[in-house]
Amino acid sequence: MVVGTRAAAAPTNATEGGSRTEPTGRLGAVGARVVFEDLEKRYGDVAAVDGVSLDVAAGEFLTMLGPSGSGKTTSLMMLAGFEIPTAGEIYVDDRPIAAVPPYRRNIGMVFQNYALFPHMTVGENIAFPLKLRKVKKADIQRRTREVLELVELPGYEARYPRQLSGGQQQRIALARALVFDPRVLLMDEPLGALDKQLRESLQLEIKRLHERLGVTIVYVTHDQQEALVMSDRIAVMNRGRVEQVGPPAELYDAPQTRFVASFIGESNFLDGRLAGIEGGVAQVEAPGVGVLRARLGEGLASGTDVAVTVRPEKIVFAEEGEGSDGLNHERNELDATVEDVVFVGEMHRYEVRLTGGQTLILKRQNRAGVRRYERGDSARVAWHVADTRLV
Amino acid sequence: MSATTHAFAPRPGERAAQAARFARLRRGVQLRYVLLALPAVAFLAVFYGYPVAAMLLRAFNDPAWGTENFRPLTTLTRDIDVFGFSVPGNAYLRVFGITLQIAIVTTLATLLLAYPVAYVLAAIRPSRANLLMILVLIPFWTSILVRSYAWMVLLGREGTINRVLMGLGILDEPAKLLNTRLAVYVGMIHILLPFMILPLYAVMRGIDRNLLRAAENLGGRPWDVFRRVFLPLSLPGIGAGCLLVFILALGFYITPALLGGQRDVMISVLIAQQVTLIKWGFASALALVLLLVALVIYVVFSRILGVERLYGGTRA
Ligand SMILES: Nc1ncnc2c1ncn2[C@@H]1O[C@H](COP(=O)(O)OP(=O)(O)OP(=O)(O)O)[C@@H](O)[C@H]1O
Ligand SMILES: [Mg+2]
Repeated sequence: MVVGTRAAAAPTNATEGGSRTEPTGRLGAVGARVVFEDLEKRYGDVAAVDGVSLDVAAGEFLTMLGPSGSGKTTSLMMLAGFEIPTAGEIYVDDRPIAAVPPYRRNIGMVFQNYALFPHMTVGENIAFPLKLRKVKKADIQRRTREVLELVELPGYEARYPRQLSGGQQQRIALARALVFDPRVLLMDEPLGALDKQLRESLQLEIKRLHERLGVTIVYVTHDQQEALVMSDRIAVMNRGRVEQVGPPAELYDAPQTRFVASFIGESNFLDGRLAGIEGGVAQVEAPGVGVLRARLGEGLASGTDVAVTVRPEKIVFAEEGEGSDGLNHERNELDATVEDVVFVGEMHRYEVRLTGGQTLILKRQNRAGVRRYERGDSARVAWHVADTRLV
Repeated sequence: MSATTHAFAPRPGERAAQAARFARLRRGVQLRYVLLALPAVAFLAVFYGYPVAAMLLRAFNDPAWGTENFRPLTTLTRDIDVFGFSVPGNAYLRVFGITLQIAIVTTLATLLLAYPVAYVLAAIRPSRANLLMILVLIPFWTSILVRSYAWMVLLGREGTINRVLMGLGILDEPAKLLNTRLAVYVGMIHILLPFMILPLYAVMRGIDRNLLRAAENLGGRPWDVFRRVFLPLSLPGIGAGCLLVFILALGFYITPALLGGQRDVMISVLIAQQVTLIKWGFASALALVLLLVALVIYVVFSRILGVERLYGGTRA
């Protein structure tokens, strides 16, 4: 079995991953395919998870992203076996596991507060899953050493968890979750308690580890940046449901719902009515603004209420002499007044008011040759039809 | 540190004045702490510390100066039975042996009974646990004396238990329940149970549920999770509870006096007898030895607990 090669993100590829690597101590088993089938968990009247279906390919890095209370932890807890679903089923490599107790699932998990055993040393913590699996003493020592090297903390066996920094504890928790070669690894906001810089470096480290080991990772976060950086695919969760699943770029560039558009990155919305379709381009009548053109969404009929959405960095000020005749069919162009300018380092963030009273956010790079507009300036704003979506 | 060129930096003289001001502030805080503790300390010193010291002094000066009062304890007259071993001793040492034995058995039995209760209380929702905790604490609303008398009523020859057993035809004649070692144990365990449950519960509540989940996730069956994670993390509670119950049990008086038989004389009962015989000096000597035994056990136990704390396993 080739460690380091990831199975393609096609679920059909996963079925052959049924055999495990021998417990030779070489880290990294080939990941398993995980399928949520119409999963539901109710607490009384509250549906914490309300019909989630997901197909995580073997070796994939899938992130569940969503606001607080959207059911991410509950989904993960059901996969780990700490919560029993009220309906639906979970399959790991086509085996239903919803009724299998946690200790038989062989699924690794990193908890948000790390959950390292305070009365055991780092070495004992890592040896814990191996001892329970009756691995020989010499093998335990070797594998502990190897996994500590993997997380770049060699020689830390004798320390107690409280003698480690937050980032180090996080790595030990990761080492402990990996040492028994689980085929699926769960992480519930593992970086939530760390500062920004450490978080970013650990994000890349976890990503590299994943590429090297080939284990399937189901990752939970409410930090969209983290999700975009790390994931093969992201499942955006909202109120116990999956709003949209897809690769990061797809979610960012082609959000299918208003929730996804606003939750991942920043978005502008202009409400209107779908007036018609001309040459594969949607024509939207926005009150007080006029006709806007957008890429056609799926299954939208003329006459329906829609919102036109565009990312702030895709909007430009149409400088004089540059397509300001309003006849450019590639672009939407509108008159606006600058309401506010905020300096955010690499960007200036503008708030402009359209003639119809709506406001748009746009971002311009902070570099020489880019004109800075001031509050009260009149300007013409423009953006590509290809960057315009309907939700 | 060299003086900075900063415009706002105080000059050396001002710096010293500032340091003095800060020191005064710190002393003010310390003084406040002393004043807050003073009333209770003074009360205890006058009404507890002094009488105890004076009483213990009697061990050495009543009726005459010297260690004469300890002589009966060190004179070995006959072999006694301590935990089934026959060792040289005398009637008084025998009482110490009985006391230790009763205290140890009571402590262990209380631990065995209290641990599952505390476990359940810690596992259920806090609101429910608080409700059940009231049940645990209800016995505190009645005095030990009343409860010990109640046991006499229950256990006596004509008592409730004997009458029920005879009514059911299980016994032909009343069994001797009262004035036995068993009666002493029943009475003491019943009274001391809350003192074991409370510290156990406090420590168990503090154990992070995620640790148990992690253990299970890593492959631990329920028994493994308990033995390798929950039990070690609850050790500080076990230590605190056992210490409390053991030391309370050592000094028990009313219960063994009312429920025990001839052979169940505990050290407090012996001390009280000596007082009624107006042998103040000897009574004081016995009290002093009891105090020392309690202190030694306390130090040993807290050392063990201290080691637990070293590896950070406590939250209590
Ligand atoms: N044991 C429980 N009893 C009742 N309701 C619960 C329970 N656990 C979770 N819930 C509810 O289920 C919903 C989803 O909770 P969950 O913990 O899965 O959210 P989450 O997406 O992980 O949020 P966060 O980002 O804040 O961790 C919430 O509304 C929560 O209040
Ligand atoms: Mg959560």
